[in-house]
Amino acid sequence: MDLNTIETVLRPQGRADLPDWRNGDACLAGGTWLFSEPQPGTRRLVDLTALGWTPHAITPEGLTLAATCTIAQLDRLELPPDWIAAPLVGQCCRALLGSFKIWNLATVGGNLCMALPAGPMTALAAALEATCTVWAPDGGERHLPVTEFVLGPQRNALRPGEILRSLVLPATALTRRTAFRRISLSPNGRSGALLIGTRDSAGAFALTITASIRRPVRLAFANMPDRDALGRAIAETIPNELYYDDVHGTPDWRQHMTRHLAEEIRAALADEASA
Amino acid sequence: MRLTINGHVHDGAPRPGQCLRTYLREAGWFGVKKGCDAGDCGACTIHLDGEPVHSCLLPAFRAEGRSVTTIEGLAGSCRPEEPGPEALHPMQAAFLAAQGFQCGFCTAGMIMTAAALDQGQKRDLGSALKGNLCRCTGYRAVRDAIAGVAHCDTAEASDPIGRNLPAPAAPQVVTGRACFTLDAPPADALHLKVLRSPHAHARIVAIDTADAYAVPGVVAVLTHADSPQRRFSTGRHQDPRDDAADTMVLDPILRFVGQRVAAVVANSVAAAEAGCRALRVTYEVRPALLDPDQALAADAPKVHDPVDKPGIDAPPLTRHPNLAAEVHGEVGDVAAGFAIADVVYENTFRSQRVQHVALETHGCVGWRDPDGRLTLRTSSQVPFLTRDALCDLFGLERDAVRVVCNRVGGGFGGKQEMLTEDLVTLAMLRTGRPVQWEMTRQEQFTATTTRHPMRVTVKVGARKDGRLTAISLAVLSETGAYGNHAGGVIHHGCNEVLAAYACPNKRVDGYAVYTNTLPSGAFRGYGLSQTIFALESALDEVARALAIDPFDLRRINAVRPGDPMVSNSLEPHDVVYGSYGLDQCLDLVQRALRADPGPDPEPGWRAGTGMAMAMIDTIPPRGHHADAQVSLDPDGRVTVRVGTAEFGNGTTTVHRQIAASALGLAPDRVHVAGADTDAVGHDTGAYGSTGTVVAGLAVLRASEALAALTRERAAELSGAEPVACRLVGDVMTTPSGPLALEELGPLAARGRADGSPRSVAFNVQAFRVAVHPVSGEIRILRSIHAADAGTVINPMQCRGQVEGGVAQAIGAALYEDLAIDSAGRVVTQALRDYHIPACADVPETEVLFANTHDSVGPLGAKSMSESPYNPVAAALGNAIRDATGARLTATPFAPDRIFRAVLAGVSGEG
Repeated sequence: MDLNTIETVLRPQGRADLPDWRNGDACLAGGTWLFSEPQPGTRRLVDLTALGWTPHAITPEGLTLAATCTIAQLDRLELPPDWIAAPLVGQCCRALLGSFKIWNLATVGGNLCMALPAGPMTALAAALEATCTVWAPDGGERHLPVTEFVLGPQRNALRPGEILRSLVLPATALTRRTAFRRISLSPNGRSGALLIGTRDSAGAFALTITASIRRPVRLAFANMPDRDALGRAIAETIPNELYYDDVHGTPDWRQHMTRHLAEEIRAALADEASA
Repeated sequence: MRLTINGHVHDGAPRPGQCLRTYLREAGWFGVKKGCDAGDCGACTIHLDGEPVHSCLLPAFRAEGRSVTTIEGLAGSCRPEEPGPEALHPMQAAFLAAQGFQCGFCTAGMIMTAAALDQGQKRDLGSALKGNLCRCTGYRAVRDAIAGVAHCDTAEASDPIGRNLPAPAAPQVVTGRACFTLDAPPADALHLKVLRSPHAHARIVAIDTADAYAVPGVVAVLTHADSPQRRFSTGRHQDPRDDAADTMVLDPILRFVGQRVAAVVANSVAAAEAGCRALRVTYEVRPALLDPDQALAADAPKVHDPVDKPGIDAPPLTRHPNLAAEVHGEVGDVAAGFAIADVVYENTFRSQRVQHVALETHGCVGWRDPDGRLTLRTSSQVPFLTRDALCDLFGLERDAVRVVCNRVGGGFGGKQEMLTEDLVTLAMLRTGRPVQWEMTRQEQFTATTTRHPMRVTVKVGARKDGRLTAISLAVLSETGAYGNHAGGVIHHGCNEVLAAYACPNKRVDGYAVYTNTLPSGAFRGYGLSQTIFALESALDEVARALAIDPFDLRRINAVRPGDPMVSNSLEPHDVVYGSYGLDQCLDLVQRALRADPGPDPEPGWRAGTGMAMAMIDTIPPRGHHADAQVSLDPDGRVTVRVGTAEFGNGTTTVHRQIAASALGLAPDRVHVAGADTDAVGHDTGAYGSTGTVVAGLAVLRASEALAALTRERAAELSGAEPVACRLVGDVMTTPSGPLALEELGPLAARGRADGSPRSVAFNVQAFRVAVHPVSGEIRILRSIHAADAGTVINPMQCRGQVEGGVAQAIGAALYEDLAIDSAGRVVTQALRDYHIPACADVPETEVLFANTHDSVGPLGAKSMSESPYNPVAAALGNAIRDATGARLTATPFAPDRIFRAVLAGVSGEG
């Protein structure tokens, strides 16, 4: 929709062109959220796509995604064959509420910065232990794990003037076996619970829980826990009040489904022989 | 910036925060539609360098140097002011051949998306189309179009009745050239925006307009001081007294969050919005009534002052200021009926608020014509009643106001209200300028109308042989802050639900109460979907308790020709069995379900079947009138003038078929012009499914009269007797040789229908579902619907009406819930939070028609627009009960409710 309060659009060509941050500024990446709701407090847009960041890079260390990499670009990536976690990429792209047309515009970074519990890029990045690189307004940068970047519904760790530059998904995480489970109130609806399990060649298991709770949580186990141990870990880590309550699912259902899907994932990854 | 649009270079200067959608519309590309303006519905889909995108989300400046294709240019380059390319794009041709649309508002975006799909995406349309919402069709026709399945009857045949003729506007719809309400508005139109109440109940103490007037571009600020002091109802009926006159254009008392506080009229939408933000309003907050169950308590906050008078349809009998309407009645002796019953079942069922979600939001543009007459083009189902209401409100003569509709982007009852026209008229009178007001999708959710939420306690008694001994209904209907349709809905909602059963003892106690919430209004089914959900669920339990097949229970108890149709009183009425096809409907559905129960459920899922039936009067009571004029023009073509608006109901097609049949002409010689208060004397409007049975009857009468006139004229010219003259193949044959139609005109004839007597139509729905007992997910394995629509004038279209009604009802039964928080605010303000069925959510419904011929409707036809909606929720609830043992008593049956009910293993609200 038209954002009629916008007076200026800045299109910085390089980091030096980034403006001093002021109230009423908003970073524009894909624009798929920014232009989808009234933004009466916003006066100026800073178009990050003008910076011309390379959308993605595959290195021996892992996969680097610019914050402005679109969902469509991510989905089209050909990943090295030993990165057996690759199916998660497509699964998470398809978990986006928006259609494939939205993928052409929406960005990975935008999805993270929105910090919606159901954000599938948050789930992907958290499950694969991504590290966020954040540009500070003083020219420096800082790094933090996704689980410390996404803090709660529409609340991220960016301070005024900070910009999410990129995220790195380490190759070690990309070589793990994975299991993906998702549920929503309608078949293609907004995720009510989205859980991802990973298991490495040494047998270590991790469960990432998103959508059903207010911020992503990753539970790590040196070995595959049994059913009860997994249930206990979930109960101990996630208090009742952390379960999310909105029109896309009641908290009791989200909690129930979190336990159920976690057990399905545990069973799926327990049965297979270690790769 | 410079870009390419539809093959031609375009230079322009977008505003900094402008999206491409409005940029393209300002450039004259009106095929780019606004359904949600938020990236959810896909109506604005265009191609950007060949990739489909939602143009409402794309900052316009990003189109610089790119190539944009809109629906108008899909088949080749073109300019806005010129006719489009001669040829159609294959996908446009496919939508034309399949008639993959009804109102057509989503169609441009649907085609632009479909045209970009690869073969893999076409195999999974549920995913590929999740960003394209259609509210009319139920997607079957869309899926057929994309699969290349054609449905239009192109054969030359003698009689057009019963044939699958395409909608006359179809070529314009698929090319994006069909004009909807706000396409091509006057260039100098001012824009109106509304500041809305943040409080559920408050009095405006003061409005400081100085800062608003200081905003550049602001022309006028309208407050309650500017409002006519007359009260009216937004709900429109033939008799305006049916609805309580309790609403003002701008009222100093605010009765719900979202009510108009003030309006700003400005040179641009941006300035009008800025003006609204600059208004300084002082409110005196009052106690608010948010719980309908508390409305009739002695100490409940009063929504209205006692000076407001109730409507005369179902007026309240007792004096409580929060009582908007009331219905009571008893036939026989209900207590005695329950006493002799072998089985008695009682439960309370709740139906939630749901929204129409017509893809075209409410909107209106008004101007003065060269004679100085006020002219409004509006998105309405009731142009004549709106004109009359405006004249009454502003003290104008009937001929001082003209109301017209272009093609309307969906209605579903939501446009049987006057929600924009009053304020636009006030703004025009104040400024002397053309004024346009387009509601946002957010306003649509927070400030228009919904279905009436209802709590229905039903009690049913039956003997061992299945015979019903007594039925009682206790209904609480929530009309919200205003009484529009309060009486009509409680009256209608308690009527056919009971009249459908030949039970000697029946009782109704119904109340419609005010609360400080969003007003309810007319909605497809008009009260029946809520009460039928309750009764048909209860009958399912009775059948279970008696071990009687649910189809048989209906066969035992449903009315048959000869039975009096009695709801809750023995007062005489004008409803007759014009034809009766309920028996056929029950047989058709049961047979189809036996023949093919659908696929087996996946392991771990539980399957079950359920059915329900519904009866509806084919015409609303209390008078429904339509005039039609049919003329033979000097060019030998025929023009049909009616008052009915076309909003996907397909009446234009039906009227053309009726006129062509009566005159013996090829349908393409007949042009239908509708929805113009200048065209005919009166038309009550397209509500209550009357487009075929009332307006169509008027068209039939006018056409038959014109046919007689043409024969008389031919007789005069040829010297023969009129009976010797016959129209055959667009030529008048006479004993002295043929006469071309051009030689006979101009001639004109009128017809009128007054909506009485009325007949009854029937619908039977069955589902087989699979339910996951852990997650509460539900999948529909089989859906069958039989309809008794009398003679089906256009089976393709009528099938579409049934499919669309079933799909909309599936949305209300499984997903949709317009949530209101503890402060009275609407929570679900966007389509992403109010899930209407998408392609993946709607199964194929097998549609079967009873073979009957109605003695009341035109050419044997009956109504079939709203009634398919009515049995769906109960049929689904009954199927879930069969699958899981859990009786769900509140819609929507969402997984987070089903799982709880199944876990509990008992009946409950889940």
